[in-house]
Amino acid sequence: MKFGVIVFPGSNCDHDAFYAASQNLGQQAEYIWHDSATLGDVDAVILPGGFSYGDYLRCGAIAKFSPVMNAVRGFAREGGLVLGVCNGFQILVEAGLLPGALIRNRGLKFICRELRLRVGTSRSPFTSAAVKGQALRMPIAHGEGRYFADERTLDELEAEDRVAFRYIDNANGSLRDIAGILSRERNVMGMMPHPERATEPLMGSSDGLVVFRSMLEAAVRA
Amino acid sequence: MKARVFVSLKSTVLDPQGQTVRSALQGLGYAGIAEVRQGKFFDISIAAGVTREQARKDLETIAQEVLANPVIEEYQIEVLD
Repeated sequence: MKFGVIVFPGSNCDHDAFYAASQNLGQQAEYIWHDSATLGDVDAVILPGGFSYGDYLRCGAIAKFSPVMNAVRGFAREGGLVLGVCNGFQILVEAGLLPGALIRNRGLKFICRELRLRVGTSRSPFTSAAVKGQALRMPIAHGEGRYFADERTLDELEAEDRVAFRYIDNANGSLRDIAGILSRERNVMGMMPHPERATEPLMGSSDGLVVFRSMLEAAVRA
Repeated sequence: MKARVFVSLKSTVLDPQGQTVRSALQGLGYAGIAEVRQGKFFDISIAAGVTREQARKDLETIAQEVLANPVIEEYQIEVLD
């Protein structure tokens, strides 16, 4: 399997994602620069964390207009796997590939710590290797990660089983403890916690590997 | 021609920055301040030769698609001379 890791100016978790996919999952990975109009022959795309374009205007607001995002939209439309982590999640909601928005943490502070999440559904190519209800430990590192959507959207996400992860420790004030969500077709997922930063014991947790393993299973099945 | 676009969080969205400013003001003794909500504005200069009508149209699109995120924010456009 080949992962494509998008690199925006200001991405800073691109190497972590590359390392997780190549070293700890043992698959191929390559970087894709933000002004590339195509994604090449990748099986899955990761939009990594960081501060794309300095987070100017709003987090993810400028990145959504970069040339590579047209290719990501097309890839997602055709059913390709797209994973957005942290700033990548913010870009996906700004680009309209996922509903809602990520706004300033309730306590205003940037929070960088490990916390616990619960798997909301195993019915997705990103969580199929996990068990619904399973608790996972992963770090978060963000100032604007409070998930927000109107009540109707929140109800819809729950009714369609599209909440991939919920915080056990809701540190940022996310509505309904939402930490990660799926697109309607379930091939796009955004999450604020960093699975790539929890993929080997040295990192303090290997729980994030389950996301990468699930994606690998989905790619092998396809 | 100049324009100003104001962007602020919708009233249904929690504004912790505004709340913090309000508590600071109350701490300073301004008991008359009930609520503060924070926003931002963009000063935009329109190039010569663009009609007012065209500028308005463009600004509306720009505000909707770029300057504000309609999921959480609302905007107001002011065209000045």
